[in-house]
Amino acid sequence: MSTDGGNGAKGDILLEMRGLRIEGQSDDQWREIVHGVDVVLRRGEVLGLIGESGAGKSTIGIASMGHARPGCRISGGSIVFDGIELTTASEAAKRKLRGSRIAYVAQSAAAAFNPAHRLIDQYCETPVQHGIKRRAEAEAEARELYRRLQLPDPDEIGFRYPHQVSGGQLQRAMTAMAMSCQPDLIVFDEPTTALDVTTQIEVLAAINDVVGQFHTAAIYITHDLAVVAQMADRIMVLRDGHLVEEGEAREMLAAPKEDYTRRLLSVRTFRKEAVVGGPPPEPVLKIEHVSASYGATPLVLKDVSVEIHRARTVAVVGESGSGKSTLARVITGLLPPREGRIFFGGEELSPALTRRSRDQLRRMQMIYQMPDTALNPRQRIHEIIGRPIEFYLGLTGARRRRRIEDLLSMIELEPSDFIDRYPGELSGGEKQRICIARALAADPELIICDEVTSALDQLVAEEILKLLQRLQDKLHLSYMFITHDLATVKAIADEIVVMLRGEIVEQGEKQEVLTPPHHEYTELLLSSVPEMDPDLLDNLLEKRKAAPRA
Amino acid sequence: MGFFKFLKKSPWSARFGMLVIVFYVFLAVFAPILTPYGESQVVGAEFEPWGEHFVLGTDNLGRDMLTRLIYGARNTIGIAFVTTCLAFSVGALGGFIASTLGGWVDQILARLVDVMMAIPALIFALMILTIVGTSVPALILVIGFLDSTRVFRLARAVSMNVVVMDYVEVARLRGEGLWWVMRREVLPNTMAPLVAEFGLRFCFVFLTLSALSFLGIGVQPPTADWGSMVRDNATLITFGDITPLLPAGSIALLTVGINFVVDWFLHLTSGLRDEH
Amino acid sequence: MVAQRLALGLLTLFIVSLIIFLGVELLPGDLAQAILGQAATPETVAAFRRELGLDLPPYIRYFQWLGGMLEGDMGRSLANQREIAELIGGRLANTLFLALYAAVISVPLAVMLGILAALYRNSFYDRCINVVTLSSISFPEFFVAYILILLLSVKVGIFPSISNVSDDLGFWERVYRTALPAMSLTLVVIAHMMRMTRAAIINLLASPYIEMANLKGLSRSRIIVKHALPNALAPIINVIVINLAYLVVGVVVVEVVFVYPGLGQLLVDSVSKRDLPVVQASSLIFAVTYILLNLTADVLSIMTNPRLMHPK
Repeated sequence: MSTDGGNGAKGDILLEMRGLRIEGQSDDQWREIVHGVDVVLRRGEVLGLIGESGAGKSTIGIASMGHARPGCRISGGSIVFDGIELTTASEAAKRKLRGSRIAYVAQSAAAAFNPAHRLIDQYCETPVQHGIKRRAEAEAEARELYRRLQLPDPDEIGFRYPHQVSGGQLQRAMTAMAMSCQPDLIVFDEPTTALDVTTQIEVLAAINDVVGQFHTAAIYITHDLAVVAQMADRIMVLRDGHLVEEGEAREMLAAPKEDYTRRLLSVRTFRKEAVVGGPPPEPVLKIEHVSASYGATPLVLKDVSVEIHRARTVAVVGESGSGKSTLARVITGLLPPREGRIFFGGEELSPALTRRSRDQLRRMQMIYQMPDTALNPRQRIHEIIGRPIEFYLGLTGARRRRRIEDLLSMIELEPSDFIDRYPGELSGGEKQRICIARALAADPELIICDEVTSALDQLVAEEILKLLQRLQDKLHLSYMFITHDLATVKAIADEIVVMLRGEIVEQGEKQEVLTPPHHEYTELLLSSVPEMDPDLLDNLLEKRKAAPRA
Repeated sequence: MGFFKFLKKSPWSARFGMLVIVFYVFLAVFAPILTPYGESQVVGAEFEPWGEHFVLGTDNLGRDMLTRLIYGARNTIGIAFVTTCLAFSVGALGGFIASTLGGWVDQILARLVDVMMAIPALIFALMILTIVGTSVPALILVIGFLDSTRVFRLARAVSMNVVVMDYVEVARLRGEGLWWVMRREVLPNTMAPLVAEFGLRFCFVFLTLSALSFLGIGVQPPTADWGSMVRDNATLITFGDITPLLPAGSIALLTVGINFVVDWFLHLTSGLRDEH
Repeated sequence: MVAQRLALGLLTLFIVSLIIFLGVELLPGDLAQAILGQAATPETVAAFRRELGLDLPPYIRYFQWLGGMLEGDMGRSLANQREIAELIGGRLANTLFLALYAAVISVPLAVMLGILAALYRNSFYDRCINVVTLSSISFPEFFVAYILILLLSVKVGIFPSISNVSDDLGFWERVYRTALPAMSLTLVVIAHMMRMTRAAIINLLASPYIEMANLKGLSRSRIIVKHALPNALAPIINVIVINLAYLVVGVVVVEVVFVYPGLGQLLVDSVSKRDLPVVQASSLIFAVTYILLNLTADVLSIMTNPRLMHPK
């Protein structure tokens, strides 16, 4: 939360956008993408802009600097920053403001830093070029900020190049760079979206800290309501370029007024019914002491053993580098393991894909993270779904067609509407449903879901998860659900496997794993997940400061 | 329907190019009907000026220039086309196999191509032609194989982008065979850049062939060929006569036309205007 | 990394020399027979083979040949029995002069025009340039050469149509006589370079860090000079060297058109006369130059890439 000296009173109005309209260009046509939105921001206040993709939040955030991305233009309304009307201001006037009084922190720090210059040179550039400070002064401040943001080797890290620094560190360095002229307003454009959960929480804490210290106003753009709950005083919910709801953060989180907001808040709060049953029958999939590596490199998976039973979901959680995707590759036979055995339905599977029987291949299916790259853009839907039907089940002609239609109905898409379309014509959620249908077409026993909701908007992802749950209840499918998102895990898992650097650190029934005492990494993961609790971040900071982590 | 929309949105340069191509193909196909005289028929004195009997005059041996030009279209374009097809089939096949199989097959093929490309094509061609002599089959084979290296590189690069896509992995996991994957998953997604490359390769082959003929090491007389026609009539330039520029200009015009069309095609399919 | 690339380059040179030498061996037919023709008697052919050294095993011949090359002894020409090294020496100098002449004019011009076209993208200037360069790269070199001769030599009479250069000429006289061939080369190469430079710069300008520099409120000139240019070095250097390599080949045709006493012309003449040793020697020199240029491009690319020069 931003600070205000603790007395709750905010400063005067810093930024006022009235009736803001922005148009976007596609194929030589201009369409309105932001339809008359009002934004008011006071000094020292943190405003959260949340929405799904296409809501226009990033476009609005950038408009506060009087800037429009290539392919966009500000077509109406007024943008007044500290008394200056930006829509009519000259380029020179806007340039004076940018960097010095309004700063921007981009989503991808790796892309936003110039690879040819050192970090500290890029930091000092802004104040020196704006004539605000001299180089020596700016450098000293840089070091101080790096220290405050808890970067390792703060005196020396500035002299590195962007590619020599990790993602989370770069994001903090970019925050420092934004602070270099002590601006009145910083626009944070999804700064932690690309980071691991444990890194994310540190960056959020760091941002919170400096913003508070300098009483900077901030616009915090994100799609994650839990994150914004940590950071913002006020929240604006956007959808398709319209304002849905606006209000004080705590009030909105406790009692949202609009249905859309309520749905956003309740994401992943559903819980699957616990499976009641007697002694577990023979597992559908059993992996024993599997170790694997890519070529001669050190082991990526070390001594992993997992069992998946019928109609149950095993969630494999870990951050990047944990080996969870490698595990999927080993199970499917794309990467033969160095050691260990894999049993499917009681029989041992050959480690390499090419030596497995067609029936073995049929009974295990996989769904991928990015529906865009998982569907061949040059094949129609009926070809995509029809091929496994032909290939595995030998159905052709009318029977094949009927089965395709059945599958489309099962994934809740109208058959006549979709059967002849190309993937490019579908939305992300629809494409992912087609991927599910393709997996179902083989009539499998086990489906490996590799981060299947990570690339989707929150509400769309919610629907997909619920669909997967319904399918599991109906068809008694087993799922191996690979994800980094603990909220998802809590919603749909029966058992949880926690992985870190190729090893399993903890596994067992969901409730067991989630309740303490746990392995310290599990504790770290669980505590890093931003909940809808506005005070969480502050409390966490206290706790972590007491026991610092590198 | 899609094709006419494509035509309507094209800029004047692309339309000009398409017109040129159609015109040339027409000339090449109907050459015997269109020409007033025989291909190598001596019909008059040497270097006759442009006039009634010989619309574009006669060449250094007294043959009709117009006839030779039109037959030149047929010969040069014909040989270039066959050569490009050869280069394309070999190169594209190699590129696809290299990317789909990966591993040591890919490494060996790629290294082989690297070495072949380390020698400039013209030099290599000259060298080999010294030894095997300059017959049309030799020309086709030599230039065809040398040029296939560039097609290989492009096909490999483009299909590598496709091969890492998840939908190709889906097909593999299903147990589909190599040919099926290449044909049904990879190929349809690489058509656009390949088609463009065909056009560019044709231009390159065409220019190389003409250059070799110009140097006297390509198509041999008495076959009408634009490159050698430039060579034969070069002395006219010193008299201010533009006749040798006619075959040279014909070469240029076709290449320009194809380049315009390919440039537009690339712009449409990917928004890129990259130079390789 | 640089050392690795150099080693690879050396290896390539070695392999290429092998190909040039052995290519002869692997092709069908007997060389001696082919040169002497069908009418030659078996004894003549045998004698000729011995003279060419074709009776020795290939690997011995290869090392003899390679050793000779490195020492500067390239054997004798079949056509006129002269020392090849002598023949080539002067010609190589002439060709290099011509290539350098064209490079010195075309490179700065092309890069500048290309950058301007990228900065003023889609303006009238840019679209004109696009059409003009697209046409220009489609022209065969001899077309350009003859047009220049027609316009500047025959009609207007400024430059000579045949480049008669000899060793005793003064520098400026040489420049004058070589003007037309240099111009022909320049015109073709400039178009390629301009297009590639433009594409590279446009690509660069779309990078997120350029937008970021904009959002930091930096002036346009500073963004171009300090942010765009350092990252443009690598692609532009690459473009230049690729085109210089292309120049090496274009020289051959231009020399023939202008009857310029360079290596290209020697190569073409030798090919017509099937004077194999000269062809091999000249090809080797061209190939080596080409490879060295590509090697330089790669090394410079590596050196201007901060990721590779400052590893993690």
